[in-house]
Amino acid sequence: MKKMKLVMVGNGMAGVRTIEELIKIAPDLYDICVFGAEPYANYNRILLSPVLAGEMTVKEIMLNDVEWYQQQGIELHLNKKVVHIDRVNRKVLTEDGMEQVYDRLLLATGSNPVVLPIPGKDLPGVITYRDIYDTHAMIEAAKQYRHAVVIGGGLLGLEAANGLNLRGMAVTVVHLGDWLMERQLDKVAADMLKSSLEKKGLSFLLNKQTTVINAGPDGRVESIGFSDGQTIPADLVVMAVGVRPNEELAKASGIHCLRGVVVSDTMQSFDPKIYAVGECVSHRGVAYGLVAPLFEMSKVCANHLAQLGIGRYEGSVTSTKLKVTGVDLFSAGHFQSDADTEEIVLHDAAGGVYKKIVLKDDKIVGSVMVGDTSDGAWYFQMLREKQNVAEIRDHLLFGQSHLGNTGHQGQSRAAEMADSMEVCGCNGVCKGVIVKAIKEKGLFSLDEVRKHTKASSSCGSCTGLVEQILASTVGGAYAAQPNRNKPLCGCTDHTHEETRQVIRSEHLLSISAVMDFMKWKTPNGCASCRPALNYYLLSTWPHEALDDPQSRFINERAHANIQKDGTYSVVPRMFGGVTTANDLRRIADVVDKYQIPTVKVTGGQRIDLLGVKKADLPKVWADLAMPSGHAYAKALRTVKTCVGSEWCRFGVQDSTQMGIQLERTFAKMYAPHKVKLAVSGCPRNCAESGIKDVGVIGVDSGWEIYVAGNGGIKTEVAQFFCKVKTAFEVLEYAGAFLQVYREEARYLDRTVHWVARVGLDYVKKRVVEDEESRKALYGRLLYAIQDEKDPWAERTLGLSRHEFEPLSVLD
Amino acid sequence: MDVTPMSRWIKVGTLEQIPRLGARVVQTRHGPIAVFRTADDAVFALLDQCPHKGGPLSQGIVFGHHVACPLHNWSIHLKDGQAEAPDEGCAKRFQVKQDQEQIFLDIGD
Repeated sequence: MKKMKLVMVGNGMAGVRTIEELIKIAPDLYDICVFGAEPYANYNRILLSPVLAGEMTVKEIMLNDVEWYQQQGIELHLNKKVVHIDRVNRKVLTEDGMEQVYDRLLLATGSNPVVLPIPGKDLPGVITYRDIYDTHAMIEAAKQYRHAVVIGGGLLGLEAANGLNLRGMAVTVVHLGDWLMERQLDKVAADMLKSSLEKKGLSFLLNKQTTVINAGPDGRVESIGFSDGQTIPADLVVMAVGVRPNEELAKASGIHCLRGVVVSDTMQSFDPKIYAVGECVSHRGVAYGLVAPLFEMSKVCANHLAQLGIGRYEGSVTSTKLKVTGVDLFSAGHFQSDADTEEIVLHDAAGGVYKKIVLKDDKIVGSVMVGDTSDGAWYFQMLREKQNVAEIRDHLLFGQSHLGNTGHQGQSRAAEMADSMEVCGCNGVCKGVIVKAIKEKGLFSLDEVRKHTKASSSCGSCTGLVEQILASTVGGAYAAQPNRNKPLCGCTDHTHEETRQVIRSEHLLSISAVMDFMKWKTPNGCASCRPALNYYLLSTWPHEALDDPQSRFINERAHANIQKDGTYSVVPRMFGGVTTANDLRRIADVVDKYQIPTVKVTGGQRIDLLGVKKADLPKVWADLAMPSGHAYAKALRTVKTCVGSEWCRFGVQDSTQMGIQLERTFAKMYAPHKVKLAVSGCPRNCAESGIKDVGVIGVDSGWEIYVAGNGGIKTEVAQFFCKVKTAFEVLEYAGAFLQVYREEARYLDRTVHWVARVGLDYVKKRVVEDEESRKALYGRLLYAIQDEKDPWAERTLGLSRHEFEPLSVLD
Repeated sequence: MDVTPMSRWIKVGTLEQIPRLGARVVQTRHGPIAVFRTADDAVFALLDQCPHKGGPLSQGIVFGHHVACPLHNWSIHLKDGQAEAPDEGCAKRFQVKQDQEQIFLDIGD
């Protein structure tokens, strides 16, 4: 079959990213032809400011060099301007008379800088700030001239001013408004920014309207005049007063434009064969200029170009970070408060710190920060996810590190860290390695950094820090992927929630049915999505969906925990941590018989036999004659108990019996992640109920239930859930809580992550406040786990024998 | 593969004995060799050691023509044992063929 022809006009970041995404998902669908008006291949426009400031070179900011286009088989025309689209005959025409037919056309023409319509705007020495050419012009000017005037005190203007100042020029920033960056900052923040830039040597003229640019005797710009009659010397004038979507070509070809090429959520213009992405686009009335939303558009556009038809672009919330070394500034959302909003402010003028968070209905709607912006990514994430912050509002301003983390997260301030400092303790990745990878490989997302450096790819506790490093390295280009819309994995664009919902509404019973129905992009998924799907199917349709062992991690397939040397560990169940002389004797005998090298008591009050050969597992289980402890599974692990009122002189409740009862009821319960419970017999809480998924504390009048605690990666104190009187109520409330978690959390969410996302109030509504709902949940949980067989017992009788035996043994 | 003398092919089992999207181990004098079976019933053989930290690849999740190492989730191409970029490394590959449901392995000298 002949390939279709895709022609792209414009060779910038958004367009090329679209091509990259397209090649990834549909490599053979199109012959691709690209027209670029600039003489360069695709470079990172965001990093022009560091180039101007002398912190990076042009070479370092190239994203795709000419070889890349060759390797991908893309026909690349640099320095060729497309001047007309003949939509009837589906072809484009270039300035120099070349014609190119297309089946699909992609417009990525970007934007043009606004030039003030004032006398002298065309003089030599008057430039805008948009591309490599402008950057070079500024660098050259700085070598020969003294006075630079930047018109426009917005993001771009200030970055230009900073760069010129670093290159030795005396720079004055002229701004029409009352304060700098008024679209991103309030007056307080802007004043702080101004004074810190003044300390760096910049001068500012606010409330100034430029009316004329005057030439000197040599014909080059010499001075600049304002409406109030003042004139100041200027050897270089940089206009940075904004950009305008470059819609000329589209408009001239009869495509509907309104401050940009108007596109639908599928990135199609009014001519369905013509797509548009990037800064030239007007989507729902908004034209975006930051990279993150442009990349989101690219992704959607590529998907539709590939004829998959999944995904819509629904607009973006953006945040801003100034890329001026030594000035930390962050802004997002609606940062000006009004009658409907409240603000929380921390202002330390002498210390140079200003933080403002604007709240509406207990949700963050905007934020401005100066001086200490390390929590910007965190606020921004909560903003986008519309997370309710009522409970953390009193310490919100002190940042994420204040919220009881013991791990790395937020502990260090990314920008201040030395390159040699370790960021990811699991994979031994230092800050310098991450920064280098981001710069050299042109990385923009957390996933890419994970792939290339491994940082935060294991336990994930340093994710926040890695995001901070990413944000401070690429500046405004970075926006964390909104967690709420995160696809399940690279095999699909659907989220966990969407997938769960489809499984339920369509009554899907197998992984292949889900993949077919939801049009998975890969033939049989990957190691991330298959275990998730398997869990979703089993938890949605217990006793109906068929378990797929090949989609389980080895631990759940072998029913033991794989160790670094390929041996396994075996943890038999001891309900409530209580054992007997007989069990201990059998364990000791097994250790001797199979020469098990290490015997260790676990944190959950169990005995762990480490170093068992895989082939020995069924025999070890048979000799132990104890049920599986599920210490290897995303399932109920342990119920830790103290001795309670049976022995303890302080105990007020029989915590041991309560624990045993909980564990007997919920053993064999699979879940999105491991689940740990504890029961303490009095408020001294010796079983550490405060850091468990469900922690129960006995009090004189009954039991207090705490939920969503965590003692692992990120220590989180469990939150008070409810107080009940009887042991049966403990079972019912705990079970109902776990069932909501089982039915609604994402695979690999611990209870703490899930509750943080949906809010404790929601869970309480389902379990504590609604009796009918609670009883129904508890009933579903009991139904799901009834008749669940002990996996060890089944395997000692010969089930899945192939798992434990070699296919054959050669001499 | 055709130049290999017939005598070097050793019968190790049948296709049916390996779960689809799974693997079994053949113990040899070179150490354990993982024999993989993909969804399209192709078979591949690699030394059962991830180039990263020696994890047993036979225990990983098989998807497409890849296996994810059970220890640190490196993705290894079954065809040639190469680790998926940006990771670098290669698991030793062995010749394997199917003949009427029977699987033959060439473990070399």
